[in-house]
Amino acid sequence: MMQHLPILPVLIPMLVAVLMLLPPFSTTLNRQRAISFVGVIATLAVSIQLILIADSGIINIYQLGNWQAPFGIVLIADRLSSLMILLTMVLAFGALLYGVAADDRTGMFFYPLFMFQLMGINGAFLTGDIFNLFVFFEVLLLASYALVVHGGGKQKTLASVHYVTLNLIGSALFLFALGIMYGVLGTLNIADMAVKVRTLSGADKLLAQVGGMMLLLVFGLKSAMFPLHFWLSRTYSSVSAPVAALFAIMTKVGIYSILRIFTVVFGDHAGELANLAGAWLWPIAILTIAIGAIGALASQTLRMLVSNLVIVSVGTMLCALAINTPESAAAALYYLIHSTLITGAMFLLADAIAEQRGKVLDRFARSRRMCQSLPLGIAFSLAAVSMIGLPPFSGFLGKVMILQTAVEPSEIAWAWSAILIASLMGVIAMSRGGSTMFWRVGGEPNFCEMLPTVKLVAVFFLLAMSPLLVIFGGQITEFTTQTATQIYQQAENPHMLLPSLNTKGG
Amino acid sequence: MELIYALCVGVLTTCGIFLTLRGRTFPVVMGLTMLSYAVNLFLFSSGRLVVNGAAILGTTEQYADPLPQALVLTAIVIGFAMTAYAVILAMRARADLGNDHVDGSEKALDMQMKEKLK
Repeated sequence: MMQHLPILPVLIPMLVAVLMLLPPFSTTLNRQRAISFVGVIATLAVSIQLILIADSGIINIYQLGNWQAPFGIVLIADRLSSLMILLTMVLAFGALLYGVAADDRTGMFFYPLFMFQLMGINGAFLTGDIFNLFVFFEVLLLASYALVVHGGGKQKTLASVHYVTLNLIGSALFLFALGIMYGVLGTLNIADMAVKVRTLSGADKLLAQVGGMMLLLVFGLKSAMFPLHFWLSRTYSSVSAPVAALFAIMTKVGIYSILRIFTVVFGDHAGELANLAGAWLWPIAILTIAIGAIGALASQTLRMLVSNLVIVSVGTMLCALAINTPESAAAALYYLIHSTLITGAMFLLADAIAEQRGKVLDRFARSRRMCQSLPLGIAFSLAAVSMIGLPPFSGFLGKVMILQTAVEPSEIAWAWSAILIASLMGVIAMSRGGSTMFWRVGGEPNFCEMLPTVKLVAVFFLLAMSPLLVIFGGQITEFTTQTATQIYQQAENPHMLLPSLNTKGG
Repeated sequence: MELIYALCVGVLTTCGIFLTLRGRTFPVVMGLTMLSYAVNLFLFSSGRLVVNGAAILGTTEQYADPLPQALVLTAIVIGFAMTAYAVILAMRARADLGNDHVDGSEKALDMQMKEKLK
């Protein structure tokens, strides 16, 4: 049983989703809720087990159907994959908890779509084969296309047209890149690609370079790096709250893929193609931070502000990836955990605030006092402080760690000034928004509709992760450091990820 | 054969990119379709072009690479589903927004027309 663990984070959500489309579950919403929770908690348990195994240093390589890698398809549960899966499931639990309260009634098939989305995300994190990465990207995208318009409305349709079109073009580019890579390298297994890419020269090298840059473009579109970020703010600010919270992990799928591919395949050891993306990542990271910070200052609604801060966080992580050392990757991973959970919490909170403010929604404008301004205010100040990166919460710790890993004077100059100025702009935007929403009140509310407790529980569940990330900071940074070291070891010796001929798989 | 094949992929990609940059949803969907055709042809050629080669061992002297064929099959299925979704979404957008412009409003398009008339 233990050897089959890596496939379970893909299988469980898929089976649950399919079950929900069948009669005993398809008829009642309550049964769907129950089985979704069972599915998410089961997957969460599996992911904890996976991370415990990965923490002992074992890389669990699962060969589907026992076909020998690199000819067959493999799933790889190393530290990085296990960490990402656990993160996804924690976030999904929070989002689901919030969704149960109301948002599942605004349209059909919320839970099956949610589960298919989880299946795609988990699969993308686990796969050790770049074509399968494409397939799982499509699975998560198809589910997300439907989730974007879930609930209906003009804004959602409009955002969805851009989102779908852009991602379809992105998929086409991904396939072009895969075709080039297969044509040049004759393999699509990530580890095997890393082995083959070292021996390239001449025309093949140029082709692989084109393929690699196209991959960067595709992952950049997923992670919303400048100048491919335009879709993000409109999409994230118009979708329903649990979906937006779950989407917090979607940009990280792009960051994860960049880390995986551009460290293992096109990393320091890639022969003539070493550090293919390095020269590009720096300016892109700085510009992403800048454009996100400017967007944050110009935001008129809380959701738009959070979306723009997502772009800033993407830029911050790209900055760490551009520094390209195991230490910076470790810092980026810590920041990634923080940013995913807090962004998720913030989107849920924005929806709760919008619900309490009547017609003003989450716009930064004068309105009546919120009925539950105390719990919401506490949650908002916690989330805002953590998200912008002020002490004492995890955002601060993450940013400090990233800043510390910049060593070269030029790196320090760029990274420090960009990240710190963006933080300052974040503080200004957040405090302006917060003070308008909570303090510029005109009179008492006419009637009070209390938020369902479960919504507040969901918000505080995700928010609690921020102090926890600080309290257990020692253990977590140790884990992320080991994770980053393992990734750089894989880059040095990709054979780690290729099982020898006689090992038994699934 | 290589030249014709490459030209086909190139022309399809060019048309696809041109059409996806248009302002209305119908040409955009057409463009996406063409782009996916181009991609499928391109993927197919990544295993090198072989005439009269079987993809099964022990049947011929000359073999074709079976993997790109499997990849293309997957890509076709996914591309087809995506196109179907894009069509439905375009129709939904037409109904919800009252026009078929990708930005949801005619303004940008009107401006272009006026420029042309001048």
